Amino acid sequence: MELAVWTYEGPPHVGAMRIATAMKGVHYVLHAPQGDTYADLLFTMIERRAARPPVTYTTFQARDLGGDTAELFMEAARDAYARFAPQAMLVGASCTAELIQDDPGGLARTLGLPVPVVPLELPSYQKKENWGAAETFYRLVRAFAQPRAARAEGTAPRANILGPTALGFRHRDDIIEVKRLLALLGVEVNVVAPEGATPADLARLTEADFNVVLYPETAGVAAAFLQRQFGMPMTRIVPIGVGTTRDFLREVATLAGVDAGRVEEACRLPWYSRSVDSTYLTGKRVFIFGDATHAIAAARVAAEELGFAVVGLGTYSREFAREVREAAKAHGIEALITDDYLKVEEAIATLRPELVLGTQMERHIAKRLGIPCAVISAPVHVQDFPARHSPQMGFEGANVLFDTWVHPLMMGLEEHLLGMFREDFEFSDGAAPSHLGHGPKAEAPPEPVASGPATWAAEAESELKKIPFFVRGKARRNTEKFAAERGLATITLETLYDAKAHFSR
Amino acid sequence: MSAAAASPAVSAPAGGAAGCGDLPVLRERGQREVFCGLTGIVWLHRKIQDAFFLVVGSRTCAHLLQSAAGVMIFAEPRFATAIIDERDLAGMADANEELDRVVTRLIERRPDIRMLFLVGSCPSEVIKLDLSRAAQRLSKRFSPSVRVLNYSGSGIETTFTQGEDACLAALVPEMPAEPGRARSLLVVGALAEVVEDQFLRLFAALGVGPVRFLPSRRAAELPPVGEGTRYLLAQPFLGETARLLEGRGATRLAAPFPLGAEGTTAWLRAAADAWGVDAAKFDAVTAPGIARAKAALAPRREALDGRSVFFFPDSQLEVPLARFLSRECGMRLTEVGTPYLHRQHLAEELAMLPAGVTLSEGQHVDRQLDRCRAAKPDVTVCGLGLANPLEAEGMTTKWAIELVFTPIQGYEQAGDLAELFARPLARRARLMV
Ligand code: SF4
Ligand code: SF4
Repeated sequence: MELAVWTYEGPPHVGAMRIATAMKGVHYVLHAPQGDTYADLLFTMIERRAARPPVTYTTFQARDLGGDTAELFMEAARDAYARFAPQAMLVGASCTAELIQDDPGGLARTLGLPVPVVPLELPSYQKKENWGAAETFYRLVRAFAQPRAARAEGTAPRANILGPTALGFRHRDDIIEVKRLLALLGVEVNVVAPEGATPADLARLTEADFNVVLYPETAGVAAAFLQRQFGMPMTRIVPIGVGTTRDFLREVATLAGVDAGRVEEACRLPWYSRSVDSTYLTGKRVFIFGDATHAIAAARVAAEELGFAVVGLGTYSREFAREVREAAKAHGIEALITDDYLKVEEAIATLRPELVLGTQMERHIAKRLGIPCAVISAPVHVQDFPARHSPQMGFEGANVLFDTWVHPLMMGLEEHLLGMFREDFEFSDGAAPSHLGHGPKAEAPPEPVASGPATWAAEAESELKKIPFFVRGKARRNTEKFAAERGLATITLETLYDAKAHFSR
Repeated sequence: MSAAAASPAVSAPAGGAAGCGDLPVLRERGQREVFCGLTGIVWLHRKIQDAFFLVVGSRTCAHLLQSAAGVMIFAEPRFATAIIDERDLAGMADANEELDRVVTRLIERRPDIRMLFLVGSCPSEVIKLDLSRAAQRLSKRFSPSVRVLNYSGSGIETTFTQGEDACLAALVPEMPAEPGRARSLLVVGALAEVVEDQFLRLFAALGVGPVRFLPSRRAAELPPVGEGTRYLLAQPFLGETARLLEGRGATRLAAPFPLGAEGTTAWLRAAADAWGVDAAKFDAVTAPGIARAKAALAPRREALDGRSVFFFPDSQLEVPLARFLSRECGMRLTEVGTPYLHRQHLAEELAMLPAGVTLSEGQHVDRQLDRCRAAKPDVTVCGLGLANPLEAEGMTTKWAIELVFTPIQGYEQAGDLAELFARPLARRARLMV
């Protein structure tokens, strides 16, 4: 058993719902208890979809358990086919139905429905949402992809865009940007899937020359299958950030056999980041957490394109732990691989970064600790499905990243004035950046007490208060560590400045 | 019984077409688009301030809780999930040990907790994890600082607000015994604090008392119960809690629910009658509230009068709400769906419904949607899984969950309650794009 306050991912059948809801002409019959229909509101409310997800639930109750729940499932499947007339059907079980072992796949077969039925085996007690999405998409691709025909000579190179799903963080706008990138290289888009695709579109996947994998978490398995089975190459680089987008363009150009040289960049990030107004961003200590793809990308952007210092990097995507560990090594830190919210909270509290880039959950942590925060990855809430165009990918995506990440920080002049004049009554220490009317008002909660016996002399304590609040936590921690290592009982003014000198080396 | 066999069956109770209380009910089976009882935790954990709710379930249960809690997310919520994994499924003995370990970690982390609810889910019920034994075992271990109780909020057994019923029912055996036959009033059902305080003032003015509430704000201070206890249900979904209270000698004061001026007055009157309050005094105490409620209702009534409303099943509040909307706001009822119809507790309400209303119990959501589209109601009351899709079809909806999270009972809230239904109409009229 695992104690979960918040979970980063839902159960695997929610991943399957994300695929079914993204596609057209697919219906999902889910064996599940009454109550599991809550998942509909993820799509209708958080993503604001205007139609019900194409999911029929059996919603069995306790009184059904004594009777024939298998029959209940078959009725639901029959009804769903009759009412929705899908081109293909997914059938599967939720965690509770998995326990009663009715075998939806086998039952659906006996119905002899006139459309393909794809059974899903999603082990709910081992796997999670992204795995469920990847597995579902793979099963569908496997069921529908046709053998490849040779491409006619002289036609433009063609690619599929794989990975965007329902409830995906900025998937809607990333598709637009990536299509734009491909167009820059003269690469045509064959199929985008699962978002917007039908089973018939999946049958056409092999008409492309290669696959662009936008989100390895959801499309990696299917793309690897297409490579194995049909020799379709796939991209490995996810174009988030300026540098990575350039790398991506080169990778695509190679796969497409075209010249990457002539691409015009419409990106403001490099200039914005070089302009002197951004100098104060240098070395800002940032903590990054999210799914593997977004966390790895954010770390590179933070370090190479904004000049931050990455002090923490982690992911809840265990499937991609190796990649994240490697990325962390490049920043000289150790990756945090966990889906335990409490461990992430602990890490942030200990590291005391000046900015947190994370998920909806890190937003809670950052709010509690009074640290500025921006969201870079799912899970996200309704405000991160914005009305405006807000990609993360490509050159416009990089512009969005610059604005989003810098926004929660105090502006430069304000930061200087706070360091110089500590007693202004309006413009006070620890107040939110003044362009954010709301923000955390309270002083950050007491920092974890150092285990060492050192106590703060009054004079040193008041000097500590003169250090700007966003680095004060770190100064306190360093000083206490310094004192503990030297066995000092009291922290004096000298200790404070000795420690400052020691750590600035 | 299969879902297909669920051809709509209209059952009229024996005795036929007597009063409105004998309205025929359309009973349906099929897909039910409702929350499970775990959702009750979202408001109960705010209400009972020293309690913690630990769901023993799957990742689905954890995900439901955080999705339902939505923006109501607190840095340190007083609920969590012990997520069952494969190892627990492999060996039941280990599952118990695991649970003890998780609870110990939790209690160390939250030393301020006085009462811990182990909340059962579908998975824990299906694998027959005995949470009541676990609760006893853990109670012994953490006594006296923490009391450990259990109840089930599983979807297979409970629908949405029934989770509160199950929770309160678990508290009833814990209530101290009221010595002797001293008369007291117990108000049962979680209410907003502001509403509790309003009712306390009214009862005091009437001379009805002492008045206590279940749940109490602190689990460690449960109200006493005994032969002299008269209880008023503040919520219509408390069947099991009521049964257990009667088992401890308490007597129910039959009344409609305190929604709207009429409902509130009748509800207060049930207590006043039991306390022998004379009519003049009752009128004097209630008159100002009635006048204010009517004044607040007037402008909303203008917006709602003659409009039709359709209820999908959700909370069991549907019948009292429909009664209020039809009698005090002039709305026309099409179908009133409820997940479960407690005929006895709703007797007074049913008697007040207009003739010709369709009551439905249970659900086959696709067929109900067909009926709803055919009825073309002016306002459709439904859950969040249906609201936006219906709006996109051009219908006006009021999402039902808000009715559970908002103070709606009593005189002072009557206008707000009507406003919840009037606002979606007003908004639709305003929007020009
Ligand atoms: S208790 Fe049952 S219905 Fe509720 S979330 Fe858990 S599995 Fe789903
Ligand atoms: S804020 Fe979130 S939980 Fe609340 S109604 Fe909107 S989508 Fe639902």
